[in-house]
Amino acid sequence: MTAGTCADPATLEGLAWLGCYLSTGKHMMFYASFGTVLALLAITAPLALALGFLGALASRARLLPLRIIGKTYTAMVRGVPDIVFFLFVPIALDQGLEYLRHRIKCPDWTEPVRRGADFVVCPAAKLPLSSTPQIWHEAYGFALAVAAFAVVFGAFAANVLAGAMNAVPRAQLETAEAYGMTQRQITRRILIPQMWTYALPGLGNLWMILIKATPLLFLLGVEDIVYWARELGSAKTSAYSFPHPDWRVWYFLALLLFYLGMTKLSEVLISRMTASLARGQATLGGEARRKAAGA
Amino acid sequence: MKKLILTTALALSVAGWAQAGDVVRLGTEGAYPPYNFINDAGEVDGYERELGDEICKRAGLTCEWVVNDWDTIIPNLVSGNYDAIIAGMSITDERKQTIDFTQNYIPPAASAYMSVTEDADLSGVVSAQTGTIQAEYVAQSGATLAEFATLDDTVAAVKNGEADAAFADKDALAPFVDESNGEFMWVGEDIALGGGVGMGMRKSDTELRAKIDAVITEMKADGTINAMLVKWFGEGTATY
Repeated sequence: MTAGTCADPATLEGLAWLGCYLSTGKHMMFYASFGTVLALLAITAPLALALGFLGALASRARLLPLRIIGKTYTAMVRGVPDIVFFLFVPIALDQGLEYLRHRIKCPDWTEPVRRGADFVVCPAAKLPLSSTPQIWHEAYGFALAVAAFAVVFGAFAANVLAGAMNAVPRAQLETAEAYGMTQRQITRRILIPQMWTYALPGLGNLWMILIKATPLLFLLGVEDIVYWARELGSAKTSAYSFPHPDWRVWYFLALLLFYLGMTKLSEVLISRMTASLARGQATLGGEARRKAAGA
Repeated sequence: MKKLILTTALALSVAGWAQAGDVVRLGTEGAYPPYNFINDAGEVDGYERELGDEICKRAGLTCEWVVNDWDTIIPNLVSGNYDAIIAGMSITDERKQTIDFTQNYIPPAASAYMSVTEDADLSGVVSAQTGTIQAEYVAQSGATLAEFATLDDTVAAVKNGEADAAFADKDALAPFVDESNGEFMWVGEDIALGGGVGMGMRKSDTELRAKIDAVITEMKADGTINAMLVKWFGEGTATY
């Protein structure tokens, strides 16, 4: 497949045509968008876990205000449909940041920021500035999406982790108390190391849901795999170099296979982690491991 | 969150040097061939791409293309996500209440009905793209309007029988009719709508609009626009 032949697709047929078609610049962007999805997962998962951890600790804290913050966070996000949050968080963050910058950078601006349905800040307060290269506009959009995912999944993770912390047998903590450990030591040395085995099934579920929620990127205007599948699959007239009828079903089938592959891979990894975390735990899984090792 | 803060910090630091160049961001839909579409290299292409690049060259502006969904294209212009709409947008009095237009760069053109049968019921269900002058026309014509987000979906609705006919710019529907091997055909009379296609701008951007208007006048006079119109819309299209 030399560039010479691909330059004139009308002369091509069969596999040669398909080969050229699948290697167009637009298809390269489609392939690269799988990277966008993986990047979203790679950034969001640890962020959500960290938020969840803080949320769980806060909802168990002795300090009442801290406990209220933690509980409100999980209750609020859990009680509102995901999609509403995904649409709300990026817009709220974007407008909030722009409004702050507007107040700082353009104190002399007299026109109102809200005009009917429009939200208009002064040009210097725009995020990113309209003079910034397009790549930064895209990065900004992606970052807002990551923030939305992290907030929503952080709340779910907080709930899972709080539940896991409560599931650690009271006897374990009492023993630690008997050894004279402080509350902080108990949390760090006994509670947190032991809770993971209880948290893993819940966290594994969350990870699966997170994978399946990634097409929401499309909703937030990020050019992800769904965007490109729709764009590439729709019927193309001869205005394009590679005309074809409506092929969306094939592109979406490819996405389906990708997601199935991702979930299968995750299942394998999660079951391995579950087995290794069960070691030495006062759970059924830990007991099974102990017996297997003894036999 | 961290990522957001990092990006914000970067955006702030980038702002310093980026302000130097006079960048004009052009917003387009990218799904309305031959007006504008994303070509196989993944770039914005079409009549409006060629025209926009030439306008920017002559006006001495650095232009950047931004793709935005049709249904939010005006709100995003007003809030400053880009500086001009160049997306086959007809000049109408209704839109003029929100934004300003340059003079037209495509003369008022015909809209047409397309269907799969000669005797399609034009007062039945007619599909059109949301927020277009065609959608408004269908709604007023007494037919049942089926609105879709993109032109592709509008055509697909006719194909799968959801709508009796599609109503859109004749030039945009023409490739579908020409290449359907007789599956699609024109139905009824062509209808002239709107005051031609112009670039949409924020009302406050009078300076930029004057600059671009001057270039369009120049390009109409020296025949550049006519040559582009014939190149993209074929012989026999309305020219200046």
